[in-house]
Amino acid sequence: MTANTPDSTVSGKPGYPTDVYLFGTCLLDIFMPDAGMDAITLLEREGIRVHFPMDQSCCGQPAYTSGHPKEARDVARAQLGLFPEAWPIVVPSGSCGGMMKHHWPTLFAGEPEEALANALAARVVEFSDFLLNTLDWQPQDQGQPAKVAVHTSCSARREMNVHKTSWALVDRLQHVERVVHDHESECCGFGGTFSVKHPDISGAMVADKANSLQNSGAVEFVSADSGCLMNINGKLAKDGNTRFAGKHLATFLLERTGGKS
Amino acid sequence: MSQHTVTLYPSRQFKDNARSALGDTELRHSLRTAMDFLMAKRLSAFPDENELETLRTLGETIRQRCLAKLPTLLEQLEAKLTANGIQVHWAETPAEANQIIQGLIDRRNGKLAVKGKSMVSEETELNHHLEAHGVTAVESDMGEYIVQMAGEKPTHIIMPAIHKTKAQIAKLFSENIPDTPYTEDVDELIQIGRKALRHLYMKADVGISGVNFAVAETGTLCLVENEGNGRMCTTVPDMHIAITGIEKVVEKLSDVVPLYSLLTRSAIGQPITTYFNMISSPRKEGELDGPREVHLVLLDNGRSQAYADTQLRKTLQCIRCGACMNHCPVYTRIGGHAYGTTYPGPIGEIISPHLLGLENTSDLPTASSLCGACGEVCPVRIPIPEMLMRLREESQRPANEHVAHPLRGQGAGRTGKESIAWRVWKGVVGKASHYKLFGWTASHLRALTPVNQPGWTQNHVPMKPAAKTLHQLIKEREAKRS
Ligand code: SF4
Repeated sequence: MTANTPDSTVSGKPGYPTDVYLFGTCLLDIFMPDAGMDAITLLEREGIRVHFPMDQSCCGQPAYTSGHPKEARDVARAQLGLFPEAWPIVVPSGSCGGMMKHHWPTLFAGEPEEALANALAARVVEFSDFLLNTLDWQPQDQGQPAKVAVHTSCSARREMNVHKTSWALVDRLQHVERVVHDHESECCGFGGTFSVKHPDISGAMVADKANSLQNSGAVEFVSADSGCLMNINGKLAKDGNTRFAGKHLATFLLERTGGKS
Repeated sequence: MSQHTVTLYPSRQFKDNARSALGDTELRHSLRTAMDFLMAKRLSAFPDENELETLRTLGETIRQRCLAKLPTLLEQLEAKLTANGIQVHWAETPAEANQIIQGLIDRRNGKLAVKGKSMVSEETELNHHLEAHGVTAVESDMGEYIVQMAGEKPTHIIMPAIHKTKAQIAKLFSENIPDTPYTEDVDELIQIGRKALRHLYMKADVGISGVNFAVAETGTLCLVENEGNGRMCTTVPDMHIAITGIEKVVEKLSDVVPLYSLLTRSAIGQPITTYFNMISSPRKEGELDGPREVHLVLLDNGRSQAYADTQLRKTLQCIRCGACMNHCPVYTRIGGHAYGTTYPGPIGEIISPHLLGLENTSDLPTASSLCGACGEVCPVRIPIPEMLMRLREESQRPANEHVAHPLRGQGAGRTGKESIAWRVWKGVVGKASHYKLFGWTASHLRALTPVNQPGWTQNHVPMKPAAKTLHQLIKEREAKRS
């Protein structure tokens, strides 16, 4: 079953996609669904039809990075048949995108689904990358002047090489000043099961990240990764911080451009 | 970690060690400052990103070529060294290596050894062994000298005493070196140390060193250092014993040039070190100085286990620059001692399981958020996160499952609880209908979300599902539209 939006107007630009799949990721699905809806709204506003295969669940990453590739493969396998058309598969999370693009080929090497997994991997594109580089998104910023910090996930930075795309999108907002935070390229300490297997170390890392974001002079921060957001926001809330929090990039961009009331 | 006298931290106690290190604000501050400094230095040593990437690719290619030919190169190395008058000894275990070295020293009736920096000798705990057999071994690298005086182990492979503050070193020196006033002046401290060491070179029976590159083509042992102590150790005493791992061999002399450049720039941002020693023979007829005997001990100690597996073999590409630890957010917070192993940080996490078995190191491969900072800076492009994931897999693999090259300690990290959890997870997430039901239940029963989520709620508010999943929101929107 596919939820699509056949009524949207499709841009006539050559090479401009008409349709995309959205892979929502399990974390976002359950804990941050609004960000997923916001990503859809942003894409639709650009004239793209967004298809959300309703049978999707998870890319398999949690088990894969925990040393259980068999379980990861079974879960990933359940996703492989959901994207039959040749459309791009947009993923609003750098780490899940990284799993699909870079680890699915390894995970399915030598398996019957190898060719399919490789073909899908090649079509996976991270959300901010898609917005910037495929759509050349040109926003009209309607928000008040604000300073904002950007936290890029390590997968986005080092696996997908898309950390600069989040910056570039934020920089296209006319009234937003992007501020740099201390040790910006450093990991927030999430790392999936790392955060629960080594809570002392992970806790020290997220404490430092939360501090440096707060001390950056920004009023809020954005990230295109739900794992990092849950980690940093969860820490800020645990410390009783009510004024400073992070938003998913999609939500932030939509708010700034008048797409959300 | 101010005045630790404990030297050994079993890696099984990694989590406890890490916790106590995290609570040590002085240590945390020293490490952060030092690592920031080293990262900045490295960055400034590679101003041209293209050159860096080209050089890294070259470094990777050289190391992989040399490893591919390792058995042949080792034979060639032995033949060349022997022809040059350097005697070669093979050791499978640390105990064997120590016995060989002790035997050589005993032959000369030696009582005092001066040591240049050698991580492999840390691996074999050579100093302890010699001490127990009546030979005093004095570390001559300034950092090693400090940690030896403090009764500790190195906390970093390049900067053994990086965790120490000026004040801690000042105190150590004033208490341990006769007639030494307390001073925190770094230059003065170094002079004090150098002076104390200087007369030992003259008295020593043996000099012991490591090796950075052993060149098969020419039978040359290359030693990279900054303090000149390596040159003293390898030239003043009558006997020089070098010890290194079997993976340190390179094919040609020309291979050394790019690797040396990568090593010093990645390690401390230096274009070149103050000393680069090329040892190709003992003292020859008619020569006035140099050792009369030179020996090389080649140690395996689990390296052939890594070698047997084409993926894990990449671990052996390492040139021990330490850049991975300098850039590691975990190492930066806990320091080297917490790992309880000779090699800490990312390289330690991937090599220690081969040296010590997964049964002693199963926490190490998991002690990473897989952020990838290590792999990004590794001068020979070891895909460290990939190695970590593979080791996690071997650690989780049932001990009785048959594989081509089983790792020592296979299955050591496996617990019934976790294995069941992943199977349940697969059952839920791997089937669309189950997953939808799970999402529906989680969102509808969100009020019942446990407030105590093991591991997570130590640092965070509980994870609470949203009122509606993305699946539900999309379904509702579609229903509205049609
Ligand atoms: S793994 Fe790479 S970065 Fe780490 S010490 Fe070895 S060569 Fe250097």
